[in-house]
Amino acid sequence: MHNKTLAELSKGLASGDFSSSELTKHYIGRIKQLDPTFNSFISVTEEQALAQATAADSRIASGNTTPLTGIPIAHKDIFCTAGVKTSCGSKMLDNFIPPYDATVVEKFNQSGVVSLGKTNMDEFAMGSSNESSFYGIVKNPWSLNCVPGGSSGGSAAAVAAQLAPASTGTDTGGSIRQPAALCGITGLKPTYGRVSRYGMIAFASSLDQAGPMTRTAEDAAMMLNIMAGVDEKDSTSMDQPTPDYTEQLNNDLTGLRIGIPKEYFGEGLTPAIEQAVQSAIKEYQSLGAIVKEISLPNTALAVPCYYIIAPSEASANLSRFDGVRYGYRCEDPEDLLDLYTRTREEGFGDEVKRRILIGTYALSAGFYDAYYKKAQQIRRLIKNDFVAAFEDVDVIMGPTVPNTAFEIGEKSNDPVSMYLEDIYTIPTNLAGLPGMSIPAGIIEGKPAGLQLIGNYFDEGRLLNVAHKFQQATDWHLQTPASQIKRVER
Amino acid sequence: MEWETVIGLEVHVQLATKSKIFSGSSTAFGAEPNTQANAVDLAMPGTLPVPNEQALRYAIMFGLAIDAEINQRSIFDRKNYFYPDSPKGYQTTQMDEPIVGPGIVEVQMPNGDSKSIRIHHAHLEEDAGKSLHEDFHGSTGIDLNRAGTPLIEIVSEPDMRTSEEAVEFAKKLHAIVTSLGISDGHMSQGSMRFDVNVSVRPKGQGEYGTRTETKNLNSFKFMEEAIALEVERQIDVLEDGGSIYQETRLYNGETKVARSMRSKEEANDYRYFPCPDLLPIIIDSPYIEAIRSSLPELPDTRRSRFVDKYRLSSYDASILSSDKSTAEYFETVFNVCKDAKLAANWVMGELTAKLNSESLSIHESPISADNLGKLIERIIDHTISGKIAKQVFESIWNGEGNADVVIEAKGLKQVSDSSELESMVEDVMSKNPDQVANYHNADDVKRKKMIGFFVGQIMKVSKGQANPGMVNKILMQKLKD
Repeated sequence: MHNKTLAELSKGLASGDFSSSELTKHYIGRIKQLDPTFNSFISVTEEQALAQATAADSRIASGNTTPLTGIPIAHKDIFCTAGVKTSCGSKMLDNFIPPYDATVVEKFNQSGVVSLGKTNMDEFAMGSSNESSFYGIVKNPWSLNCVPGGSSGGSAAAVAAQLAPASTGTDTGGSIRQPAALCGITGLKPTYGRVSRYGMIAFASSLDQAGPMTRTAEDAAMMLNIMAGVDEKDSTSMDQPTPDYTEQLNNDLTGLRIGIPKEYFGEGLTPAIEQAVQSAIKEYQSLGAIVKEISLPNTALAVPCYYIIAPSEASANLSRFDGVRYGYRCEDPEDLLDLYTRTREEGFGDEVKRRILIGTYALSAGFYDAYYKKAQQIRRLIKNDFVAAFEDVDVIMGPTVPNTAFEIGEKSNDPVSMYLEDIYTIPTNLAGLPGMSIPAGIIEGKPAGLQLIGNYFDEGRLLNVAHKFQQATDWHLQTPASQIKRVER
Repeated sequence: MEWETVIGLEVHVQLATKSKIFSGSSTAFGAEPNTQANAVDLAMPGTLPVPNEQALRYAIMFGLAIDAEINQRSIFDRKNYFYPDSPKGYQTTQMDEPIVGPGIVEVQMPNGDSKSIRIHHAHLEEDAGKSLHEDFHGSTGIDLNRAGTPLIEIVSEPDMRTSEEAVEFAKKLHAIVTSLGISDGHMSQGSMRFDVNVSVRPKGQGEYGTRTETKNLNSFKFMEEAIALEVERQIDVLEDGGSIYQETRLYNGETKVARSMRSKEEANDYRYFPCPDLLPIIIDSPYIEAIRSSLPELPDTRRSRFVDKYRLSSYDASILSSDKSTAEYFETVFNVCKDAKLAANWVMGELTAKLNSESLSIHESPISADNLGKLIERIIDHTISGKIAKQVFESIWNGEGNADVVIEAKGLKQVSDSSELESMVEDVMSKNPDQVANYHNADDVKRKKMIGFFVGQIMKVSKGQANPGMVNKILMQKLKD
């Protein structure tokens, strides 16, 4: 059963091949058996999952269903879940049980989707390797000595290892797409404002966006159908039409204009990745697409710009973790200052502290203009690059990440090289555009990702373009089967 | 040396919205601690602010009332600081792009002069919660009911030169916001709080002296005292050859003592930046014009209307129109009794004195405007005299019922029955034959004075209830006979 896509599981449930309870038990069993090796889950909510599955089975029996009713998925532990610990990968929230659901979680619950549990992640979504989690590193199912990417590393590993058929993720600078690329799955970061951020613990509010992590583009479309839409609890969510994303999947690609930004093929890109991307582009040409080189001249400024804006916002967003109302509190504080200082010193990990310090510095009197304000101006330039490019092309393509999964520990003492992992993904967050990563090759046993970038609210086209590729190729069907088998033994 | 004082005010006004500025929690005053604080107010992880449009409308109403520019684009910023009553670790406020731009407030001084005070800007922001130090031995309690209550902060230019001007300006702002209905103006509940910036300079000097800021004064009286104290302190320091340092000060209205809270060097770096959870507020001219056309009457307009319609003196009119509650109270009294002069005298006299002596505001008055109107009506229709009316007023105040009930219950009805009055007059005359004889022998001037004696006796006999007009008439008649 765990080989099936959401679309296949949906059919199986509808035709009574198996029940939601059977399916849920099967996945819970796999998690129990295999996850001690991968460590992709922080919490497994077996009891709740089985209760949800029973309820879903009655819904199916009564015909009151949505396409995903009864299908179990996993949620990144950044989404608040009522009554279930939501840690955000941090010691700071190790004891935090929210009294409310994130809007995304609420929507899945209402659709009758079963939640298997909460997936591991970099602490407060800050990282590209899942090594900053308080709950330990996550292993890449393709290569156990490699990282799964981050920050949605647990979600990506769980889907790749088939411990869940799909998962939610969040992406601030590449946190859905980079782990999707490193784990050989499909990941979509929608347009900023497409999916509600309510109940999703904030890292950098102007960049954070939730999206699906699945095995196929079709599955991503099914997930996005539930996730997308304006939310009165999030005033930055946008009131834009929410089409049925599965309807456009098979649109013909003849005449599709693909832009290839030359800046995405410069120094630092592994030749084998470049080759994989070029083959994918050839595949698109054979599907009728027209390819043209474009320029996004401010690309090189994206990483430094991001590492001012994201930490600045984070430095304020994380101020609420002060030991006063919830979460970790240091023992026996002497006074208020001691309470604040030790709570945050003991509750946050190094990467989080590093980013709070960077952000606090960038916003300080006397530095604001040189850093934060300048970064905002650069952000506008980067956005303008894309706006200009989309006058001539329908979709932009390039690598998701410069390399395949790297070894655990390889970059953990070199923050800058870690930050460069997101060199191709960050610009879309700064511009607020939708981006996707789909499997496009396997290099020395490890997956390579192709990135697709779409125009604002053009997720339908992105999914269509991704789906047609997946109809023509089988990279997305590759699984780390031999690895998983080894773990099973 | 002669010194000149320079004063600027920052005034925080709580807006009278039903719910908070960024959450659906109630803003009602006086609830049990933390019963009006939801997940957003508690800054639970993942929660987001959603702006309250009513707060925005109220801010625009204030801007229009002071003829200010309304900015069609304004931005919410985060002001970062750690304090337990600030649950997010930052306050959401407006810094560079506030909703209300420069405006003007005209202030009438008691001596009849008027003065224009320029407003630099007014911005929207959220209030903090409260730290409760009293009830927790060795610990501090936090009440977040007030956290997120919408405020406008009104920032004046340093245009005031005396504490009286500052107080009149503050009172005028109070009159404006209560007239607009955008704030309840309840000073005792913290609905209006003042930060005063004070400096002194030698008279005639162009540049300002170094200023200090005394924060969080919650009454006109405390503000006046704090300014006076600070001006005195600054002049003393300067005359002793010292310097004034820029600092934030606190004034204790109970002990009448001020102290330094922090110096400029210790000032926080608030690291303001635009709040990424809130989009810029964009409003268009039709939106603003719709609000303008629905503005209620403002104090200045009302004052001239009171002069025109009720023939009140300018002084009486300005007192009665200063705040919305007083104006409404007065107009209700008038509508019942139809005598503006009597209505004005009772509201400004008896009622105000009684309210002041018990530290009540007019909306807390135990006597409703309707009941006061009815009481005055009974004076006008001669049911009771003005003197008895004061006695009835006391009874109504003490909850003994309305005017008619009290008059009936206590038998205070004026005696206007002519035969009853005649027999009273005859009775008094027969008991005082000497005075009657003296009266007959006196000239007109003396007679007028002597009438008083007879009236006094009759009022005594009638316990003050005899109709004085009729008594006079009957007396004159009888004495002539």
